[in-house]
Amino acid sequence: MATVASKQSQNSMLSNIWGWITTVDHKRIGILYGVTAFVMFLVAGIEAGIMRWQLSMPGLDVVSPDVYNQMFTMHGTTMVFFAIMPLNAAFFNYIIPLAIGARDVAFPRLNAFSYWTFLAAVLFMNFGFVVGAVPDGGWFAYAPLSEQPYSTNQGMEFWSIGLMLAAVSSAVAGLNFIVTIVNLRAPGMSLMRMPVFIWMSFVVQILLAFAIPVIAVGLIELTMDRLFGTVFFKPSAGGDPILWQHLFWIFGHPEVYILILPPMGIISDVLPAFSKKPLFGYPFIVFSGIAIGLMGWAVWSHHMFTVGLGPIAVSVFTITTMLIAVPTGVKIFNWIGTLWGGSIEYKTPMLFAVGFIAMFIIGGLSGVSHAVAPSDYQQQDTYYIIAHIHYVLFGGAILGIFSGIYFWFPKVTGKLLNEKLGKYHFWITFVGMNLTFFPMHYLGMNGMPRRIYTYATEYGWDNLNALSSFGYVILFIAMVIFIVNVITSLKSGEDAGHDPWNAPGLEWTIASPPPVYNFSDLPVVEGRDPYWIIKRRAIAEGKELPGPQALVDPSTVHLPDPSYWPAFTSLGLLIFATGFMIEIPVWFVKYPIAIVGGLLVFVGILAWSNEPITREKNH
Amino acid sequence: MAQIAESTGHHGAEEEHNCTGIDHRKLLMWVFLSTDCLFFGALISTYMVYRGQSLVGPYPVDIINIPITTISTFVLLCSSFAMVMALSNTNRDNLKGIRIWLAGTAIMGMIFIGFQIVEFTEFAMEGLLLSTNLFGTTFFTLTGFHGAHVSIGIVWLWVMFYQSFKGKVGSKTALNVELCGLYWHFVDIVWIVIFTLLYLVGGFDAGPPIVG
Repeated sequence: MATVASKQSQNSMLSNIWGWITTVDHKRIGILYGVTAFVMFLVAGIEAGIMRWQLSMPGLDVVSPDVYNQMFTMHGTTMVFFAIMPLNAAFFNYIIPLAIGARDVAFPRLNAFSYWTFLAAVLFMNFGFVVGAVPDGGWFAYAPLSEQPYSTNQGMEFWSIGLMLAAVSSAVAGLNFIVTIVNLRAPGMSLMRMPVFIWMSFVVQILLAFAIPVIAVGLIELTMDRLFGTVFFKPSAGGDPILWQHLFWIFGHPEVYILILPPMGIISDVLPAFSKKPLFGYPFIVFSGIAIGLMGWAVWSHHMFTVGLGPIAVSVFTITTMLIAVPTGVKIFNWIGTLWGGSIEYKTPMLFAVGFIAMFIIGGLSGVSHAVAPSDYQQQDTYYIIAHIHYVLFGGAILGIFSGIYFWFPKVTGKLLNEKLGKYHFWITFVGMNLTFFPMHYLGMNGMPRRIYTYATEYGWDNLNALSSFGYVILFIAMVIFIVNVITSLKSGEDAGHDPWNAPGLEWTIASPPPVYNFSDLPVVEGRDPYWIIKRRAIAEGKELPGPQALVDPSTVHLPDPSYWPAFTSLGLLIFATGFMIEIPVWFVKYPIAIVGGLLVFVGILAWSNEPITREKNH
Repeated sequence: MAQIAESTGHHGAEEEHNCTGIDHRKLLMWVFLSTDCLFFGALISTYMVYRGQSLVGPYPVDIINIPITTISTFVLLCSSFAMVMALSNTNRDNLKGIRIWLAGTAIMGMIFIGFQIVEFTEFAMEGLLLSTNLFGTTFFTLTGFHGAHVSIGIVWLWVMFYQSFKGKVGSKTALNVELCGLYWHFVDIVWIVIFTLLYLVGGFDAGPPIVG
């Protein structure tokens, strides 16, 4: 009996795993994104911890200089491409269809393909750790340092090809969500009625779709230089490494907004919900988001002030960089205006949202200080820059993402995260991040360059470095508290109900966790903050507050069927990429495995396009 | 479509809800093509930045053959006409016309690729490889990626040609042909830009000016 039972549970576990592999449900894909990205967030955090350990005292020898190079390269790359971007993608996937009142994204299978390709990229790049060829050229991989003579192992190939996989994933996801937001909004949800999170996501998808091709070309050129002997970035043949910098930052600066706009959107949804009043200056926030999206294309050379582009280019990019601070400032004033006079409830999502505003202002101000080229000459490649990026990406993006996690966790799981642990989590994170990153401003001003693996005590950087490393320990504790909170809340958390925050969005009109079809009947939107309108009307008419949409039999709702072709195609792509790492000359073919992978991709796409979206049932 | 609506019961009716009325796939294709502009834009920019910067020959003026490529360009542009005819026949459910024009488009694309193979081989024999100089590097990369785009289009066209024998190509599914057409025309337009810049404008480039 026991063996039968265990076999059955094994079978159900297998079919459960198969269910996740073949899923095309945006909610499941969102969870996959979130979990994978959070694991990578921890991995990159541990890489940071190794660096902080090494720097905690002068002259330490925890890791060798080589390993240190690998740590800062992988920490930066992983945090940007495999943690913050996919954490944002988790919100896009889970929340966008719910918040615009749709049953799924426009292309559910393409969505699954995005996730599996992202996972392939994560595995591919981190495989370098297994074979001992870890990328070590820095997260922006400046040529010629990233080129063959200076980086002799396969590390940078793992980096560049891995990022190309991630690029495919993000670009495809971007296209998918553009179509979703344009076409699948519920009846009545005009563009100017969309929640700000949707607006910011929309801008981000456009940035993704248009910025990724540029980095793709850069990566292709770098990879071809390394594998096929082209001379794109080789000065000895007349090539210009500065071209790599341009290509990287033309993508790289929109990328900064790809990272920060979604958290800005999240807190624009969180602040009104906990201030109990509509977002102040909605159109200003929307249009400043669009302005940031446009102007983000005209500032890239501020990453290159010390390259020697000449006074005119430097002046122009100084001015555009200062201008882009204006729409960002507009947003901050509007957020504060939202708080003004509201009946504010300091629940955990709200704490993180307000923390975001405060920390982002610090990061924004240090940002303006290196928009000024002469001042930037002093700051370039120092810890001051490190301090800035961590105030905008940790103090900004990560705090915003945590705000979103606490806000939507009850919707995703049906359970509330523990408030008490949440508050500990927030305050310890807040103290920890300031202890870790604030001293870096002073270190930078005192001349400590980034990317050095140790320093002598005579420089006088000991105390501040020790403080920063101590801050890391506190951040680590905060993350442990968060993980404990998630696990215990999943097990025995308080039931959330469908609308725990009395929030305005459409996603709160349905049960938590949402049924597989999201909405049994598509909602009709009458204005901004649609659920508030419904609730207000019920109160005015003296009726009971409306409950969640009634559940129906899922088989009566037209939903796309699961499919394994997206995962299959991603696997083909992974084999294609791996093929370029293994040279097996067969006749005149140098990379036969890549050809096999390419054929698999072809088969996958063909089978995929021949597969009906919904099979005829009972026929 | 009718069958699907039937099987989905009372929740099927709103399934067709679409804010703009533009089919998802068509919108996707337009947005994709506009982003592909950035892809070719970056490759073309690389070529233009490195124009005349090669330190060693062969230079474009030595080997670029404008008359030959004019012929292949003409063939590729004609294929766009064939593509239009294929779509028009699809809309009219003229199966014979569909097959002729789909195959015609694909064959003209293959002629273009054939010219490209001959050109690449000739260049290689005259000593221009990917790694020879900046001209070789940028020229082969840009035209190679364009050729890859054309090749994907050719495969797509043949797949559709095959499907026409399975009764899957017709006015009800004309969007399939239309999407392929959008892609095909885009690749043609990109070639017009490449032909102008790499052959008509850049085809007479020599090495960098000798100073002193």
